[in-house]
Amino acid sequence: MGKRVGIEVSIAIADAVKLARADVIAAYPITPQTHIVEHLSEIVANGELDAEFITVESEHAAMSCCCGSSAAGARTYTATSSQGLALMSEILYHPGPMRLPIVMTVANRALAAPISIWNDHQDIMAQRDIGWIQTFAENGQEAVDLTLHAFRVAEDRKVSLPMIVNIDGFTLSHVIEPIVIPDQEEVDAYLPAFKPRVRLDVKKPVTMGPVGIPEVYTEAKMAHNEAIKASKRVILQGWKEFAEIFGREYNPVETYRSEDAEVLLVTMGSISETAMSAVDAMRDKGASVGLVRIRLWRPFPGPEFRKAAGKASVLAVIDRCLPPGAVCGPVGAELRSLFYKMPGAPKIFSFVAGLGGRDVTVERFEEIVDKARAYAKKRPTELYEVIGVREI
Amino acid sequence: MITELEKFKGFSAKNLPKEEVLAPGHRACQGCGEVLALRMVMKALGKDVIVCNATGCMEIITSPFPQTSWQVPWIHIAFENAASVASGIESARKVLMRKGRIPKRHVDILAVGGDGATGDIGLNWISGAMERGHDFLYVCLDNEAYMNTGVQRSGCTPYGAMTTTSPPGKKSFGQVTWKKNIPAIMAAHEIPYVATASPAYFLDLMNKVKKAALVEGPAYVHIYSPCPTGWGSAGERSVEFAKLAVETRIFPLYEVIEGRYVISRKITKPKPVADYFKGQRRFRHLSEEHLSFIQAKVDEEYARLVKLAEAT
Amino acid sequence: MAQIDAIVGWKDLPFGCHVYEPGSTAKFRTGDWRSQRPVLDKEKCIKCGMCWVFCPDMCYSQTEEGYFEANMEYCKGCGICAHECPKDAITMVPEED
Repeated sequence: MGKRVGIEVSIAIADAVKLARADVIAAYPITPQTHIVEHLSEIVANGELDAEFITVESEHAAMSCCCGSSAAGARTYTATSSQGLALMSEILYHPGPMRLPIVMTVANRALAAPISIWNDHQDIMAQRDIGWIQTFAENGQEAVDLTLHAFRVAEDRKVSLPMIVNIDGFTLSHVIEPIVIPDQEEVDAYLPAFKPRVRLDVKKPVTMGPVGIPEVYTEAKMAHNEAIKASKRVILQGWKEFAEIFGREYNPVETYRSEDAEVLLVTMGSISETAMSAVDAMRDKGASVGLVRIRLWRPFPGPEFRKAAGKASVLAVIDRCLPPGAVCGPVGAELRSLFYKMPGAPKIFSFVAGLGGRDVTVERFEEIVDKARAYAKKRPTELYEVIGVREI
Repeated sequence: MITELEKFKGFSAKNLPKEEVLAPGHRACQGCGEVLALRMVMKALGKDVIVCNATGCMEIITSPFPQTSWQVPWIHIAFENAASVASGIESARKVLMRKGRIPKRHVDILAVGGDGATGDIGLNWISGAMERGHDFLYVCLDNEAYMNTGVQRSGCTPYGAMTTTSPPGKKSFGQVTWKKNIPAIMAAHEIPYVATASPAYFLDLMNKVKKAALVEGPAYVHIYSPCPTGWGSAGERSVEFAKLAVETRIFPLYEVIEGRYVISRKITKPKPVADYFKGQRRFRHLSEEHLSFIQAKVDEEYARLVKLAEAT
Repeated sequence: MAQIDAIVGWKDLPFGCHVYEPGSTAKFRTGDWRSQRPVLDKEKCIKCGMCWVFCPDMCYSQTEEGYFEANMEYCKGCGICAHECPKDAITMVPEED
């Protein structure tokens, strides 16, 4: 049944990687991901996990090592953040189409300039289209569970795609929470040994990463895209089996007091906890407010989200990313596209908040809901609004 | 002394493997000295090898989907990272063999790239892999410019050479920098084996590649690879230029075995560098003064190599 | 031609867009590129195999009599074999249209 302990989330994630019996870990230190890989090094050094830990010279090399390792048939893990994820960027586009099921934790952090070690989602949103399955964890338990789920889904022979578990840097990675660390037997029952569909093997030579001429490139992209879309079935199955073994249920989107709500906040990641407190506070004051939290970001769970949004008339979407010069934040844009010209679609208002470690407090959520309500009556002049920015 | 090398008897003209690891039908230019060098590398290694290819001519010409020239497992990820990909494969095999998930069997891991992939964009990645001590060999096929993108200068382009980004003009005489010494950078990592080779001396080349594969830990072989298209030379003369580069002392052949420099082929009566420059369009614009400067510098570098060999 | 083989629907693309048939460029006839061909004078040939050693296109193979013969399916006509032949036994002859 596992054991409930008070533990730092990063340490717990490293323990999950150990329980998953990773074969190869290639990682480079970057704040706030460091505690994960430090603890993994310790686990390997102590012989608690039989793995090769490659202490690479950069994140680009980390992802390159991961590609080689996964292609050779090893269960492969890495973790990074921010500038490190950006440095990896070139190589992040390879494991998807090449069907290499690498698992990565991204401790989400702002991107320079100015340099900031603090939390937002600009790092991962800049890598939105790399073609990995992507989930966002709200709390420590979820971070652990989604890590195990990631190995299970990524390596499923029907999927064979890389997977990212996003956790908010510091606000989640560095907090101590009560977390149930599963038993090894349970994890072994949930996660079978990695049996790749193809590997680099002298007995059966294969050429991986050939040149894609124009006659092939579109089909290759289509095949990758369809694989990502089709992975949703396995993602859901993975959560179903997870619930059966571990007793904790997960869905592509979660709702909180949303049933009859007129206004729904839409969040991703750990700010959802504050958002829930804000919903409670507003409900206490009689406001009809609820929350929808997106856990599965890629493939985007369209039908599940529409169902979760229910009959709400207003969506107040919070992006933790400000794409300069864009129409609005990426989550806002995604949802506007999802509901475009749908009969009975809610009005969608886009807010940018919580950049570079700026707290998004209960009061800020209240402000967002008030503004969304007002905009529903009187169309705003801007397509999105940055919350909590000093104008004076 | 490296024990793995003691047992190795070496290739001879009589025992050259007949088997081709690379298949014909590849799309290299006529008279390509690089694919010739690669063919010899693969002949030396045989089929128990996994290849990590950096982006470049060799990658492009051997892997036009849905076809491949490779008859061994091969992977290409990007331009700069072949050494990292090799690191990942080596580590994966190590742990998978330890855990009994794949059969215990030694397989060579080869990372191969051009001079740009090796000496410019990929230097960091190679340095990291060398420093970590992975058991693999890295082969640089040096054709002295970015040929795949249309002959732009690299750090390995020789002094005075004309490329599309080092054009001679009113205020320029071509490449203004001296060729970057990549083998010395590799030797500075104190890896067990570093060597230079030329396809004109095919037995020497194959023996060095095999030795590089045999030693435990990282090894590096820098192979001179004539490029008729990029150099403006006749395709039929590729092997001749590969030989002239050695005979003029422009590209000396040597090994660095555990830090000890050994000259493979002492050139006691060198041909003048001008002999090598004739017939290559990339050097056509050079004046007598340039040639004298190059001659003096080549002599000086060779003398330094001789001293290194004596001192180590 | 290889390009024609590649025209398949996305559902039929091999897993990972990998190539599963080793050495399959052998199906591609680079001999079409040639404007001159090597012709061997067996009188002069000493069967040393330098033409085989230095061929960048893996054209040459040894016949039962010990001569080395270039496969015209692949020979691009670069002329290295003729240039490197120590006995000048190979002559490059222009291809006729």
